Amino acid sequence: MSTATGTQASETRTRRTPLQRFLRDPLGADSAVVLLIIIVASLAAPLLSPYDPNFTSLNLVFAPPSPAHPLGGDGVGRDVLARLLWGGRASLLSGAIVLVVACVLGVSLGLVAGYRGGLFDTIGNWIANALMAFPGIIILMASAAALGRSIWISMTIFGVLLSPGFYRMTRTNVRAVRNEAFVDAARVFGISPGRILFRHILTVVRGPLLIQIAGAVGIAVVIQAGLDFLGLGDPTLPSWGVMLSDAFRSIYTSPLQILWPGLMIGLTAGAAALIGNSIRDVLEEGDVVRVSPAAVRAARRQQREATQASMDVMDDPNELLAAEDLRVSYGISKSTTKEVVHGVNLSIRRGEVLGLVGESGSGKTQTSLAILGLLPEGGFVSGGRIMFNGLQINGLGPGEMRGILGKKIAYIPQEPMTNLDPMFSIGSQLIERLRSNTNMSRAEAAAKMNGMLDRVGIADPARVMASYPHQVSGGMAQRVLIAGALATEPDLIIADEPSTALDVTVQAEVLDLLRELQRESHCAMLLVTHNFGVVADICDTVAVMQGGQIVETAPVRDIFARPQHEYTRSLLEASLEGRPSRSAREAHQ
Amino acid sequence: MILFFVKRALASLVLLFVVSLLTFSLLNLTSGQAVARTILGPLATDEQVHQRAEQLGLLAPFWTRFGDWLTHAVTGNLGRSWFSSEQVTDVLTSRLPVTLSVVICTVIVTAVLSTLLGVAAAVYRGWVDRAVQIAAIVGFALPGFWVALLLVSTLAVQAHLFAATGYIAPNASVGGWLSTITLPVASLAIGSIAALAQTLRGSLIDVLRSDFIRTLRAGGVSERSVLFRHALRSAAPPWLTVLSLQLVGLLGGAVIIEKIFALPGIGSVAEQATARGDLPLVLGVVVLMVIIVIVVNLLVDIANGILNPKVRIS
Repeated sequence: MSTATGTQASETRTRRTPLQRFLRDPLGADSAVVLLIIIVASLAAPLLSPYDPNFTSLNLVFAPPSPAHPLGGDGVGRDVLARLLWGGRASLLSGAIVLVVACVLGVSLGLVAGYRGGLFDTIGNWIANALMAFPGIIILMASAAALGRSIWISMTIFGVLLSPGFYRMTRTNVRAVRNEAFVDAARVFGISPGRILFRHILTVVRGPLLIQIAGAVGIAVVIQAGLDFLGLGDPTLPSWGVMLSDAFRSIYTSPLQILWPGLMIGLTAGAAALIGNSIRDVLEEGDVVRVSPAAVRAARRQQREATQASMDVMDDPNELLAAEDLRVSYGISKSTTKEVVHGVNLSIRRGEVLGLVGESGSGKTQTSLAILGLLPEGGFVSGGRIMFNGLQINGLGPGEMRGILGKKIAYIPQEPMTNLDPMFSIGSQLIERLRSNTNMSRAEAAAKMNGMLDRVGIADPARVMASYPHQVSGGMAQRVLIAGALATEPDLIIADEPSTALDVTVQAEVLDLLRELQRESHCAMLLVTHNFGVVADICDTVAVMQGGQIVETAPVRDIFARPQHEYTRSLLEASLEGRPSRSAREAHQ
Repeated sequence: MILFFVKRALASLVLLFVVSLLTFSLLNLTSGQAVARTILGPLATDEQVHQRAEQLGLLAPFWTRFGDWLTHAVTGNLGRSWFSSEQVTDVLTSRLPVTLSVVICTVIVTAVLSTLLGVAAAVYRGWVDRAVQIAAIVGFALPGFWVALLLVSTLAVQAHLFAATGYIAPNASVGGWLSTITLPVASLAIGSIAALAQTLRGSLIDVLRSDFIRTLRAGGVSERSVLFRHALRSAAPPWLTVLSLQLVGLLGGAVIIEKIFALPGIGSVAEQATARGDLPLVLGVVVLMVIIVIVVNLLVDIANGILNPKVRIS
């Protein structure tokens, strides 16, 4: 359901090309401009400053800024501005060399390793790992001593040292794409592997590659300055690192000399990093949009007014849960929200089982998560109220809500394997959950959970308690989650498609178990499903949802015998499982 | 498990071999005669230079000399410096504590502060998050050695709050030790804190969105436990990986930082030795650095195994 809203939201956004979106991001665009200015200024250094960066004049030694020399002179009487402008060339050149070497080496080998796999891949990975363990700066120092102080040699070596990052990134992406159906399809059509690689895989790799490039340029600028600072750079070439090194020598007499070259290095590396961040944000957009607090407040204000209006409605004393005009919204931009649940009304009495039915994207899960107060990031209750045991629970703080969650309301999720913490043993999770809601000691809780696991049909509770989630099957994990949910004897269970993710045979077992346990404990249940067979089996009442609204609510017999709403009828017809649906179809004909 | 460690040990040995071979061949691009000339200075006769070169074994073929070095290195004998004639292992053991105290303190400071910042950014989001993000960019962009220069000129030279140069061992004076290493640690830590806080923020945000976190919250587990016991543990592996990569970077950064603060550590040895072409000493430094990196990577793998049952059991 969240995917439905996600695609709707991203549809409005993808009309702009990534480049346009990048340029609209103020931080990214500004950084690009800054970097461009630095590049142009360094290239146009002879035009911008009339002075030779290496020309020394005694009058200029530590000269303060003046109209002729805006940044003054350095320790041996050279114009600081001229050296700063010319120095940019060294930094940009080193960035370019590192980039070309690392990119060409890493990407081409990564493409081959990812596509071919096998021995080439194994050897490639080994070399990449080895290169990453290299003490880079020592190798650079040694090479400067042995091969001479050339920016070309040192930056080429540094490029090789940085290539593993490019290699790994390319390889991972290629491996992911290689097994996609369209690559196989292209192969079947007789398109050569080379063309497949080029056309499809390079488009996939493009984004992460740009991010990697931005990072590499930043690091190259800093490292090159560091080498020059150590005196391992070309002494005839003016550079920011050499300027810092000179400034270091006069740090006691003229500490301000270190300011300008450091700022330039920081500005260049920072602009590169920000461009990378901005590209990442553009690529990840459509993920989650956080609504501004003002928009949430505005929506909540409306909600409070609506709540006041309906305050005088007298509630049925037997009513356990009621949602009144419940609305759920998600942010699509900072100030605009999109409503996905449009005023749902539903009511569950004590011990009643309500089936919430509808197709994917109809708002079933959003409704149940709203009741739990656990909507995903970006989502919030934008209208109406949720009453539990006569208490309004939407808008409660997390602390107050915790007094209800786990104790009075329990939750059984859809996908059992992703709903257990992979890092903890099943026993420790179950015991922690139980102890959070009771005053039991660890031993009491362990004994209780052992009994519960036995009750949900797990043959060897002790072994399962000691296992980790990845060691048990999906059906087993769902039994574990059911045992955890029921251990605190809640008044209400919210089960979100509890059997959908399981094998067909296991589905039936889990549903039987749920029905049995519900009858034993007389707890109420909100059962979200799209399966009418399940509904016929377990539910007392059915609410049918479509497009974020409830279109029909009726006792289970009536739904099958006399569906009122067109949508209910089409759902029943589409459902081939279960006898009632078939008979309903026959009755309809 | 045993097989894993055997494989790791073998891979590490091969890595050590390859790195030493590479360094050895790199430094051998200068001829033996030239090295002997640098050692003896311009006043020595050609006769003396030739004699010295022969004495140091510089005239033998490449593989003979590498084999010779290797057979000694395996027994723990890394030879003598060509210039000072000191045992390389002695030089390294006397200089290592300085570098290690700077690097280890940096790692501790980095680990603590990056965790605090990363958690704060991921949990509070909003302006806290934006501040951490900006700090991360600034930390990445400002070269550590420039920060060091700024700190020296302001806090040490002008304000006299810390020692500008030199090193005092902790067993001589703890206060003195702190005064000498605080600024080096601060200038090294800024960049790595930025990188690690950023990593932890990203992975923690992903984990906090995951299903099992929602189920824990739905089960009434306290937010403190959800965050610090569950979410942080799942978010830790990428953070640990970046920490180990940062540590490799810190060893390199220490070279420059040691020069600025005149710390007598491995970095200053490396700087002198590479500048003079003191092959045995350079090789010793390289081997030591690679061993440190190997040990750190192993520790990170063990930590990952302790954190993550999937790694531990399969």
